[in-house]
Amino acid sequence: MGKTFAQKVLERAAGRLVKPGEIVFAEPDLIMSHDNTAAIIDKFRTILPEGNVRYPERLAVVLDHVVPAATCKNAADHAKIREFVEEQGIENFYDAGTGICHQVVPEMGLTLPGTIIVGSDSHTCTYGAFNCFAAGIDRTETAGLWVTGRTWFVVPETISIELSGFFGERVSAKDLILTIIGDLGAAGANYKAVEFHGHSVSTLRLFERMTIANMGVEMGAKLTVFPPDRNVMGYVRDRGVDSKRSAWSDSDAEFYTVHEYDLSRIVPVVARPHSVDNVVPVEELEPTRIDQIFLGTCTNGRLEDLGTAAEMLEGGRIDPSVRMVVAPASREVYLAALKQGALQILLEAGAMVLPPGCGPCLGAHQGVLAPGERCLSTANRNFRGRMGEPESEIFLASPETAAASALTGYITDPREVM
Amino acid sequence: MSVFYYHQDDINTDLLFPGKYTYQCSSGPEIKEHLFEDLDPTFKEKVQPGDVVMAGENFGCGSSREQPVVGLKYLGVKAVIACSFARIFYRSAINQGLLLIACPEAVAAYAEGDEVDVNPTEGKVKVGDRTFEFPPLPDEIMEILEDGGLLSHLRKTYGRTGSEE
Ligand code: SF4
Repeated sequence: MGKTFAQKVLERAAGRLVKPGEIVFAEPDLIMSHDNTAAIIDKFRTILPEGNVRYPERLAVVLDHVVPAATCKNAADHAKIREFVEEQGIENFYDAGTGICHQVVPEMGLTLPGTIIVGSDSHTCTYGAFNCFAAGIDRTETAGLWVTGRTWFVVPETISIELSGFFGERVSAKDLILTIIGDLGAAGANYKAVEFHGHSVSTLRLFERMTIANMGVEMGAKLTVFPPDRNVMGYVRDRGVDSKRSAWSDSDAEFYTVHEYDLSRIVPVVARPHSVDNVVPVEELEPTRIDQIFLGTCTNGRLEDLGTAAEMLEGGRIDPSVRMVVAPASREVYLAALKQGALQILLEAGAMVLPPGCGPCLGAHQGVLAPGERCLSTANRNFRGRMGEPESEIFLASPETAAASALTGYITDPREVM
Repeated sequence: MSVFYYHQDDINTDLLFPGKYTYQCSSGPEIKEHLFEDLDPTFKEKVQPGDVVMAGENFGCGSSREQPVVGLKYLGVKAVIACSFARIFYRSAINQGLLLIACPEAVAAYAEGDEVDVNPTEGKVKVGDRTFEFPPLPDEIMEILEDGGLLSHLRKTYGRTGSEE
């Protein structure tokens, strides 16, 4: 019987054969944390009041959640983190303005195929786009990892999603993953690894795979992973990183379930409040006016996403009843979008552009919602109160749907404004 | 002992502790002020040490923030019994030494006013006059729980002897 990706990676890390359901101890290759590093430092110091991080070279710290600092508390946290990374010699430190952790870590060449990455952020699964075994953990466990360098993993069972066909016009990876989550449900992949297979995988570019892998946790997945094909190897080459450990499941690997999706049948969809699996085709949605559009986040704040929105808004004007907030996922994205003219188009159309970072995604600053307000967001979560007041509403959609809706002021099928 | 019963699936960590406070509060007393704010605003006033929380499938899904678990532990909640738990939340509970019991039968059996009692070492949960068994945790995990969470577990091995800090 063949093995799955997760099994192979954990076998190598544990140095023995493993089966789904078993617990193994392993040393992750990279341990990521962001603004919550401040809280992790406190926890770490309760174990080692004066000692050092065991493997400082395996840490990556990115300030992205509330940048630039919005409150005195944030500012103090950031200052404490800067001091700590200096003291501990942590080289992979990316200060406010570099971008969102899940964009920056790959940009810096840290997502080595076949490696194990854990991060104190639930969307750490994004790195599966680069063939990483990447899973979210909490702050306490991260503090423990700073001390010991190792943690436990349950060898997961694996769900296979087979992709065929090509996307139609103005349909994109976001519509696919929302459709999958709508079908499988918010707990549909709980504790499981999700592998993407099929002819169409090779047609999906890395930014699309990142959007898909990013949202795996919204159906409960431990990790979501793509094969180490030419696209991933191109990344490896461009960033000058090491690829020797890439892994993939055997052709006779046993899967928990197999689901098939034909990309040509996917249509623009939205996730309605207040759960990500509350998915409906845009064309079936009743007319829904919106107050704010948010284009950005680790799900859809990349160059291609901004480029698509700019292309659709070029020469047009955002409906006067709508505020459009754009947050490029990183400085690299921001600069490229600036050079390509996408930001100019978005600004001319009436959008406001935030510094690279999470922006209003977690409801801390830069575009929080008033009671009764409705936001169409390209993020990954629409939970009640996520972006501000509990009486506000978040609809999740693709950059295409966001751009189309910006023009009309209500949630609009992007195929209507092509 | 009271039971806080939420007949809902997919109760996410934003409902348990809104994201807007994630970078403002991390200590028990601070967390308490917003615990379950968007799920049950009365919870923080009513909950007592030894109480139990019950819910449906996929409890604790969403963000990896650990404040909900830290808050429940701080308030002395004895256990959360749900049909199932989200993965990161489950790990978080182990890391804080909070007992989680995935037992759909026990949740289904509960009726208002029932007494609920848990016995983790025997792997038993009593709801009213019915008793349900749940599978024991692996030894490695049980050890962390028994030490009161990951930090105190690691302090035993790595920390300096005693608790002078
Ligand atoms: S953009 Fe949103 S989902 Fe992504 S890391 Fe930031 S807060 Fe989390």
